[in-house]
Amino acid sequence: MTEIKMAPAAKVLDQDWRNIFRWGAICAITLVFISLVGMPAKLDLRLIINPTLSLGYVSLFWIPVMFGFVASTHIALEGMEVSRPGMRDVLTGLFTGLTGSFGLVLLILGMNNFDITDPLVNWGPPLLDLLTTGRGIGTGILGWMAASAFLGMAGASLHVLTPLLRRIVSSAILGMISIAILEDAIDDLSEGFRLEWLVDLIYAKRGGLTNKSAIIVAIVMAAVSVLAQGKVKKAKANFFALEGPARKKWSVVLFAGTAAVVIILPMFAGGYVNSLLANVGIFLLLALGLNIVVGLAGILDLGYVAFFAVGGYSTAVLTSPQSPWFAPEIGFVPALLVSVVLAGIAGLAIGAPVIRMRGDYLAIVTLGFGEIIRLLFMSDFLKPYFGGAQGIVNVPGVELGFLTISGTDPKGVFYLVLAFSALAIYISWRLQASRLGRSWMAIREDEQVAEAMGINTVNSKLMAFVVGAVLASFAGSIMVARVGSVFPNSFMILVSIIILVVVIVGGMGSIPGVIVGSFVLIGVLGGPRQPGLLQEFGQLKLLIYGALLVFMMLKRPEGLVPSARRSQELHQDEFLQDAWFKGDDEADGSDEQTASAEGEGASV
Amino acid sequence: MSHLLEIKDLQVTFGGLNALSGLNFHIDEGEIVSVIGPNGAGKTTFFNTISGLVEPTSGDILFEDESIRGLDPNQVTALGIARTFQNVRLFPNMTIMENVMVAQHCRTSQNVIGALFQTKAFKKEEEEIRENAKEILSFFGSRLVGYRLDQPAFVLSYANRRRLEIARAMATRPRLMLLDEPVAGMNPKETAELTELIGQLRSEWGFTIVMIEHDMRVVRDVSDRVVVLDHGVPIAQGSYDEVSINPDVVEAYLGRPVENKS
Ligand SMILES: Nc1ncnc2c1ncn2[C@@H]1O[C@H](COP(=O)(O)OP(=O)(O)OP(=O)(O)O)[C@@H](O)[C@H]1O
Ligand SMILES: [Mg+2]
Repeated sequence: MTEIKMAPAAKVLDQDWRNIFRWGAICAITLVFISLVGMPAKLDLRLIINPTLSLGYVSLFWIPVMFGFVASTHIALEGMEVSRPGMRDVLTGLFTGLTGSFGLVLLILGMNNFDITDPLVNWGPPLLDLLTTGRGIGTGILGWMAASAFLGMAGASLHVLTPLLRRIVSSAILGMISIAILEDAIDDLSEGFRLEWLVDLIYAKRGGLTNKSAIIVAIVMAAVSVLAQGKVKKAKANFFALEGPARKKWSVVLFAGTAAVVIILPMFAGGYVNSLLANVGIFLLLALGLNIVVGLAGILDLGYVAFFAVGGYSTAVLTSPQSPWFAPEIGFVPALLVSVVLAGIAGLAIGAPVIRMRGDYLAIVTLGFGEIIRLLFMSDFLKPYFGGAQGIVNVPGVELGFLTISGTDPKGVFYLVLAFSALAIYISWRLQASRLGRSWMAIREDEQVAEAMGINTVNSKLMAFVVGAVLASFAGSIMVARVGSVFPNSFMILVSIIILVVVIVGGMGSIPGVIVGSFVLIGVLGGPRQPGLLQEFGQLKLLIYGALLVFMMLKRPEGLVPSARRSQELHQDEFLQDAWFKGDDEADGSDEQTASAEGEGASV
Repeated sequence: MSHLLEIKDLQVTFGGLNALSGLNFHIDEGEIVSVIGPNGAGKTTFFNTISGLVEPTSGDILFEDESIRGLDPNQVTALGIARTFQNVRLFPNMTIMENVMVAQHCRTSQNVIGALFQTKAFKKEEEEIRENAKEILSFFGSRLVGYRLDQPAFVLSYANRRRLEIARAMATRPRLMLLDEPVAGMNPKETAELTELIGQLRSEWGFTIVMIEHDMRVVRDVSDRVVVLDHGVPIAQGSYDEVSINPDVVEAYLGRPVENKS
């Protein structure tokens, strides 16, 4: 990047108006869209700063900031002259924000004069009230024009700030919002640590930070970020620079530390945090399983929920006294073992017919199988066996002989999920670095060649299906024991899709990636039916899932915490360039020409 | 006396196009045989048929007196026939080491249980796989070892990719090795070196080799026997010196002599 020459800042009013109007228009459309899907109204209930700012307004405010930032970004190509970011860019942001505000202005005027609540359910006085903050049309319009222009300008000025200032500003704002979002979790934890007074100090009675505490939190977060700057990176680099026994020692220390935290923390946490973490854990189990199928073996299985269902139903049938057909009422452990075996068999049964298909065809067929399994459990035909839409209820908790974990005991459930997650991580980790794992990678790279190199691709792929199914059945069994019942509608296609999104956003083929993905998506946004930290989102979370997926595909297709292999794959050019800079490559182009010239000389 | 590989009346048709027809020949243990012929003669198809990627229309292929017709490619490899591809097909995102490790799949046996419980047998086998891989890679000098072991295969130069592909084929521990244009795209120095290595593959590693090659110097230098294909039909077999003066072969390569045309 040092190659880029800096020209003096361009003239302030010499703006690229087409660029501004284009981004401004997109900004306007986004604002109107977000308003009309009802996000601000829904999220207005969640206060970030009480009473100044609600999450509803945040859901609108970030839009001009982002577009202001984007519109004033210069694409810097090496060797090209780029003007230094300056006043002109700040104005670009301002104008972009201002253009964007006309979307809301038109919306306010429209809502004031017409009533089309019929197709657009969120059109109407409540939204109008929210947008004008109840102060009348004129104030609302002028307010949004000013706010949006200011926010656009703020977004654009991020370019102008020095890196340190940018760090301070962004960590202050993001840190403050995170603390506000984490309110319920922190509240829950504080009781265990006897820190209620701190919570009372930070948070307002009816939720959200108080004005004063918001400022303090922002300052603290900025200070922490500045102080920690570079330290984390350095520690990481130091760790990876270690070799042999020292590295091993630190790995053990790190592992023991992490283990201690995850084991001890829940003891202090109340029901809220524990059940949140249990949700994360159940989806982590599912995502780890799917990661083996999709991330390692490269089989795009869209019907993964089928194995979750098989695990859940097997456990329910075997343990519940209410099971309509066959109710042996055995304990959780034997039931789990049987469920695992049954899920493995289901893996073989679904895998065998689809395994010879490739790519899209396989995806469609597995999608079908996933639905078939759900519809079978739902059907009248199997109602005498599995209870149809009423499902099976009264599934007892987990009986381990020395202790009993009932589904209503969040701490117990958490430890159960933790144990199985640890097991699943171990399984994924060991298999990845084994003969079987290598054969999966080879199949993902080039199936035909893998077969020609002596790999029985059918067996290897079936194994991937079976291992994936087994991990899903863990999740199914635990979920059923926790909820105490099982219904076909818990196994909608949506579950498969969300697990896939977790794997993709986290990082395909990367175990840390899948863990981070589960925490970020399931923990914050929530699963298909499970609430996350931001439970106000409700069904809007699907919108966020979709938007996030599109964003990731465009900006970071390798995922949040990618595996080294995948980031190499997706950034081959950069990797080769690095190798070239380090002098690692070999130029043999010139030699090749002489080779072919001489080769022709020597023919029969 | 029985042969290592015996081709009997082999015919392969692709929807009316005879890619191979009436191919009869055999390969004995310890031979190096070259298959030559103009472009589109059916040489690669011949390899694909042996390795199970293409199903023959009629005829039979015997390996150590057993028919391998209709076997899956992985079964053929397990029996001891390895190959390289004309258009180098490595596993580009796997490391150089992993490319060679994964090719030992059919010679190893540890399964899920071994990996999960980290049994002694599993660890020993992994260690052996690594050692084997290093030994095989060092056959090509220092180019593919050292810091290279952990680099993805796509960083390699063209010549090194070809070398790695041969290493991968060696790792399946074959009796018979099929090399599809091993020196294509290499410069004269690299070609001479690889020619030598092909000789060593037989003398040191004990592989029998069938090689498709357009570079006649390589063919002359290493092969005991040459088979010439043209339009899917074998038109000549014999030593290089016999084949190179065979009028049919000259015609196939250079076209019909002018005086015959009139
Ligand atoms: N899978 C296929 N389907 C249809 N036709 C094929 C197929 N594979 C090969 N052919 C045809 O069979 C003929 C022989 O092809 P082959 O690749 O064996 O030639 P080759 O001798 O290896 O040529 P080259 O020297 O160019 O590599 C060609 O006409 C080719 O188009
Ligand atoms: Mg060919």
